[in-house]
Amino acid sequence: MKREILDRLLEGQKAKRPLALVTDLESGRQLLLDGGETLGELAGDAAAEAAAARALDSEKSGRLPESSLFVQVFMPPLRLVVVGAVHIAQALVPMASLAGYDVTVIDPRQAWASDARFPDVKIADGWPDEALEALAPDRRTAVVTLTHDPKLDDPALITALNGPAFYIAALGSTRTHAKRRERLLAAGLGEAQIARIAAPAGLAIGARSPAEIAVSILAQMTAALRGAPPLVKAAPPQPAREGAPA
Amino acid sequence: MSESRMSESRMTGSPHYADANEVLAEARRWLDEGRSVAMATVVATWGSSPRPVGSQLIVDERQNMLGSVSGGCIEGAVVQEAGSAMKDGKPRLLTFGVSDEDAWSVGLACGGSVQVYVEKLEG
Repeated sequence: MKREILDRLLEGQKAKRPLALVTDLESGRQLLLDGGETLGELAGDAAAEAAAARALDSEKSGRLPESSLFVQVFMPPLRLVVVGAVHIAQALVPMASLAGYDVTVIDPRQAWASDARFPDVKIADGWPDEALEALAPDRRTAVVTLTHDPKLDDPALITALNGPAFYIAALGSTRTHAKRRERLLAAGLGEAQIARIAAPAGLAIGARSPAEIAVSILAQMTAALRGAPPLVKAAPPQPAREGAPA
Repeated sequence: MSESRMSESRMTGSPHYADANEVLAEARRWLDEGRSVAMATVVATWGSSPRPVGSQLIVDERQNMLGSVSGGCIEGAVVQEAGSAMKDGKPRLLTFGVSDEDAWSVGLACGGSVQVYVEKLEG
């Protein structure tokens, strides 16, 4: 790999731009696609440029069939926005960071969102809806509300539900969520929108401690991201007649 | 394989953990220190394999390494090839798997196959 490609790869990643690198596995020649710009020895090669553009679109890396070209996409990190600088957030934030998420915590309450409680994390101290709008959640963003306080959680949820975030979850019991549902309906949201909320947040793994709850939320977020099938499958159909071979 | 050593890590968190961005950034730091560096990238997998396509490992001339291309079963062989790539500058395409002649020495315990591209990074 040429130094100019490595430098541009790192520069693009730092600026959180999506990048595609094409390598001819036989010759070692490469092409880097960064925005509309290409660089490298394969620049100008129509097959390589088309492969790079397609890969950025599908966000998939891999070898091209019947070809010596390999294309690797470098997508900007997934984002997680946590509303509520609460105890569970203190566990969820480092776990999600480890899983590769770029994490922001929103909490207008200064005492909660202190640097001491959340070192090395971006903290937005605006009101949740405004702070979330400023972050412009896209389809590579997850939003999790943890405050238990409707006047903080609801505005964030309404903002999130009007966007394409791939995972939206709200902490709180089934009863809490039933009341939340009524409030969101009254606020003008539709049933289908509200149904996007994972509530109670997290997979049902019997989590108790803040760290365990964080694990269950991160697991559910991962399942939503990767399109995992439901954990509990429907019962298989009964055999047509008794004694039929399995 | 026992010759391979993990480099002293400057990463935050677990010293054995590094994501893709950190591997590339560390590669540039190594180059800037005047070290020879080769990079291995998983380009294809078949069946179950421990690391997905795009996973990367960097190696220097003293066999310090960072990142991973498997659960640890083929890193030793990859490090050897990386040494050769650093010397002659030529890229290499390696395939590891149960159907491989070297299955006993460097096969994947999980039964999958993996193809790894090894290239020298130019300083």
